Order: sequence, then structure tokens, then C-alpha cells
Amino acid sequence: MSDFTLILANLFSRKLRAALMLVAIFFAFLIFGVLAGVQNGFDNIGDSGSENRLVTTNKINFTQPLPLAYISRIRSVEGVVGASHANWFGGYYQDPKNLVMTFAVDPESYLNIYAGDVALAADQKAAFLADRTGLLVGRKIAEKNGWKVGDRIPLNSNIYTNKNTGKQSWEFTISGIVDPAREDGSTDWAIFHYDYFSESVTFGQNTIGYVIIETADKALNMKIAKVIDEMFANSPAETATDTEKAFGQAFAAQLGNITLVITLVVGAAFFTILMIVGNTMFMAVRERTREIGVMKTLGFPSGRIFKLVLGESLMLSAIGALPALAASAGLLIWMKKTVGMPGLALTAPYVALGVGIMLALGLLTGLIPAWNALRLNIVTALGRQ
Amino acid sequence: MTALISIQGGAKRFVKGRETITIFDHLDMTIEQGDFIAIMGPSGSGKTTLLNLLGGIDRATAGSISFAGQRLDQMNEGQLSAWRAANVGFIFQFYNLMPALNAARNVELPLLLTSLGAGERKRRVETALKIVGLAERAKHFPREMSGGQQQRVAIARAIVADPRMLLCDEPTGDLDRKTADEILSMLQLLNKEMGKTIIMVTHDPEAARYASRVLHLDKGRFVEQVAA
Ligand SMILES: Nc1ncnc2c1ncn2[C@@H]1O[C@H](COP(=O)(O)OP(=O)(O)OP(=O)(O)O)[C@@H](O)[C@H]1O
Ligand SMILES: [Mg+2]
Repeated sequence: MSDFTLILANLFSRKLRAALMLVAIFFAFLIFGVLAGVQNGFDNIGDSGSENRLVTTNKINFTQPLPLAYISRIRSVEGVVGASHANWFGGYYQDPKNLVMTFAVDPESYLNIYAGDVALAADQKAAFLADRTGLLVGRKIAEKNGWKVGDRIPLNSNIYTNKNTGKQSWEFTISGIVDPAREDGSTDWAIFHYDYFSESVTFGQNTIGYVIIETADKALNMKIAKVIDEMFANSPAETATDTEKAFGQAFAAQLGNITLVITLVVGAAFFTILMIVGNTMFMAVRERTREIGVMKTLGFPSGRIFKLVLGESLMLSAIGALPALAASAGLLIWMKKTVGMPGLALTAPYVALGVGIMLALGLLTGLIPAWNALRLNIVTALGRQ
Repeated sequence: MTALISIQGGAKRFVKGRETITIFDHLDMTIEQGDFIAIMGPSGSGKTTLLNLLGGIDRATAGSISFAGQRLDQMNEGQLSAWRAANVGFIFQFYNLMPALNAARNVELPLLLTSLGAGERKRRVETALKIVGLAERAKHFPREMSGGQQQRVAIARAIVADPRMLLCDEPTGDLDRKTADEILSMLQLLNKEMGKTIIMVTHDPEAARYASRVLHLDKGRFVEQVAA
């Protein structure tokens, strides 16, 4: 028997009580792990993008359109290597729940800007550029819906109406299937020709959603952004230009203030767990007053008793938290596959934070009982029957 | 015979508000190596208090306590802990085993304070359990044993580290006559065969007969009787 087995034996002397505390701690850390992974996902939006890309949107907000004419004026700005544009189509396939994140883009300039991010066979690229109704789609979406190159498929919009049919539906030919060019990238989207979009929508012709800009050097980014926004100042459609990463995060922020939610949920959960576990540990050690008195009588020094009690709450915290962190990491791998958000992962800084919180929980709940045990007077302890 | 433990001018007082309760004062006592002493006396006469002083778990208000030349009253808490671990085995009325540990682990507890390796500890635990006749109960938990069996585990725990002195506070107070006699015979054996010095507090005149000396503590004074 070692001190370790002694700690375990004491911890599990009341099996139900220990199990309940462990379950509470497990779920608190599971929530923490998953939310931290989601947070990480949001933190990393746009990270896969190149650092010398800017996005120009309407200054009011990015759902407001910009005139198509802006694109050529932006292309003429010094330091701009290329510019393309995109419109959010709001696509789905057959069922409104089966979302296909679809954009109407200027095909050639768009593929040029994202050449480094997207892996696309040369013949498929050529077919896409040549076909006005062509659609490029990410492999996951294609596989999910059973699409192959050459298939003709309808996509619905939940924003626009096709003036040729009067329905919110467009026909496309799958010209190519794209893969991420980098491991941390994602191609969970579809793109098609802006011309096909613009000529058939009932409103919004000759307007674009946003402009993507490639700059000559990331050091020029802020200067170029300023020049562009000043160029359109005092016009009916003023612009806001920022890095692609900032744009991605602003887009994600539409989903709510994730960071605040995470902090509140995790904070509330931990405060509750802290109270419950702290109180239970306090009572558990109090119940064992006599036993601790006996240990001291046998010659266990106070410092060792202190360590044994503190070790018990640290052990409790660890047995609950470590499997929970592992489980949340596993859950995130699964979520990453199903949701397709590349940043969904329990990264080292969050693991470290989780372990830090675990230690804090163990220390906070164990310190007072351990201190009481340390100071316990043997005669008083033995006197209690 | 040489003195193992002695108290000179021992006093114990409790201060309760303005009142001072004196349990005993100017108490002198010497216990020889190999003695088996029974301490008797009315309830509240200070028997447990005296045993606590001899065992180094309580401090005297005045006086000196020496064990084999070492002054207990001059030791700090840490030194007293180490001294107890090395020299004293305690046996209580209510056994005081750890409910979360089985018999073998209860007995092993004092050995965690030594530098003995796991193998040697295991061997000593087995020997101690054999001496008290509970070798086959090693894996049993206290709640699975009778009072007499629990007390025998407690005796095994008290002797496993081979201390020179055993302090017993009413070791048979919770047991029936037959079981009490078994426990007392066992203590007598430990005294005679293994040379343990035993100081036992008891209310039971029968129990006192197993001792070689009986001390009556009353109103802070000793009245000695030599056992028949
Ligand atoms: N912490 C304390 N504060 C005040 N008085 C105390 C304290 N501890 C013990 N006493 C008193 O000291 C006296 C002796 O107590 P002790 O427990 O030594 O008696 P005892 O002889 O062992 O009695 P019993 O036979 O009932 O076990 C009692 O009157 C008790 O009330
Ligand atoms: Mg008593």
C-alpha cells in the first residue's frame, strides 16, 4: 500500500458519493472541452486564408450590396494584385435543412485568388470557366448528395427568385469537385458564375456582396484598405475593408457572442461544481475526524495528513476531469467531421487551461479540509465517539 | 529492571473560563521495561488523560516525562510523531480501524512510516496477523468482522512496527467476557513472550488480574496494589 492507494481507498470509501461528484466534474469538464474546441474553431476562422487578402463590404454591414462597378475601381488601386467578388446565394438542395453554402462569383478572378487554397483538376477548371451554368462544389457536399461531375442538379435559394421560372431554383451542371489544398483548409461550399446569377435574378442585378482583394504585400494591407474606403467615402455605398480573417470572424459573430456564452456557461458550471464538491469534501473529511486523529496517533506527521487530504480532492478532480477532456477531444474530432469546421479541436492551450482549472478545483476544494486536518488536535479527535 | 517511562511532578489542568480544573498534580510514576500495568479508577479520574501523556499525544501542564532517557516534554510535534511511530502501539476501546481499508492494510498503516520496502512490509503484516490468529481474514474489512476480531486486528496494527510499549485504553470495554479473556491473554502473551511493556486502562477487575501491577488512580493520586 502506498499513499496513493490510501488516498484512493479514502476517496472511494463512500462509493455513491464519490461517483456523484465524479459525474458532476466529468460533465463540467466535458462542457468546457467542447466549448473550448468550438471557441478554437471560431478563433481560427480565416486562419487558413492567406495573410495578404482583404475583404471589402458595405460599411452598413456585409449583407448590404455594393455596386458591381466598384470592382474595377478597386483593381486600379496601387498594391492590389487582383480582386474578385462574391454574392451570398443562400443555397440548399431539395430540403431547406440541407444547406449548401453557395456563392455567385466572378469565376476566373476568384479561382486565381484562391488558387493556393483549392485543389482542382485542370480539365474541371476549364470546364467550369467555359460553362455559364457550371458549379464547383466541395467534395464533402458532393459526396453527401451523391453528385458527380457532369450531373445536372437544381439548387434553391432562400433569398432570390429566378425570373425565368418564377421559382427560387436554379439549374446547374457540376463542372468540378474541389478539395482543400491544405490540410487545415475546408471546401464546404459551392460557387457558380456571377453572370448566370445576375441575368436571372428578379432583383440585385449588377450588385455584388463583397470584394476579395489580393495585395502585393501584407505590409500594405492597412494602407490599401484605407485608400479603398476613402475612395468610396461620401458615396451612396460606403465601404469597410478589413483582412479576410477579421471578415470571417465578423461573419461568425453573427451566430452570437460565443466567447461570452462559453465564459458564462463554463463559469456557472464551475462555480456550482466548486460549491458542491467543496462542501462534500469538507463533510467527508469532517466525518473522518476520528480516523485522522488515529492516523496522527500512529505517528503520521501533520504535513503528511495535509498531503493525503489535499491529494484526495486533487485525485477526485483529476479522475473526473482528465477523461472528460479526452472525451471532449474525441467528440470534437467527430463534430469536425460532421460539421466541417476546420478549427474544431481541443488544442494544447485549451488542454493546459483545462488542466489548470482541474488543479484549481482540486486545490480550492481540498485546502480547507486539508488545513483542518493538519491542525486537528489528536485528543479532541479521539474524544469524539 | 530499568525504567522505560517515567513521569516526574506531572500535572494536568484544564482552564475553563475562570475555573481551572486540576486532573492531577505532582504525579510521579515509573514503569519498568517489561511491566504489564493495569490502571484502574473511577470515571473521570484522569486515566485516559494520563495514557495520552504517556503516549505523547497530549502535553502535561507541568512536569517531565522521560522515555528511555528521552524527554517527551521537550520534543516538538514532529519529533513526537516520529517517537510514537517508533516506540508506541495504541489499542483503543472502539478499535479505531480505518473502515476504508481491509485488515492487512490497516495493519500495514504504521509501516508506511518506516523505510521498509513493500515486500518486507507484506511479510511483517502477515506475521502480525498470524500472531493475533487472523491470517485468513487479511482481506476482510472492519465492517465484516466481529468486535473481538477487530480488536485483534488493532493489536496486530499496534505490534507490527515492533514498538517497545503498548498503551491500551479499555481494550475489552466493548467485548463480552469470553472475547475479553482472549484479548487479555493475547496481551499477556505479548508481554511475556515478546517483552512488550504494556500500560492498560481498565474498569474490569478481571482484566486487571492479567497485569503484574495494578495502579488505582483516584483524586489525582495513585494507590498501588500488587496483583495476586
Ligand atoms: N479538554 C478538556 N477540557 C476540560 N476538561 C477535560 C478535558 N478533557 C478531559 N477533561 C476532564 O478531565 C477529567 C479526566 O478525563 P479522562 O478522560 O482522563 O477520565 P477517565 O479516567 O479516562 O474516565 P473514563 O473512565 O470515563 O474514561 C474528566 O473530568 C474530564 O471531564
Ligand atoms: Mg477514559
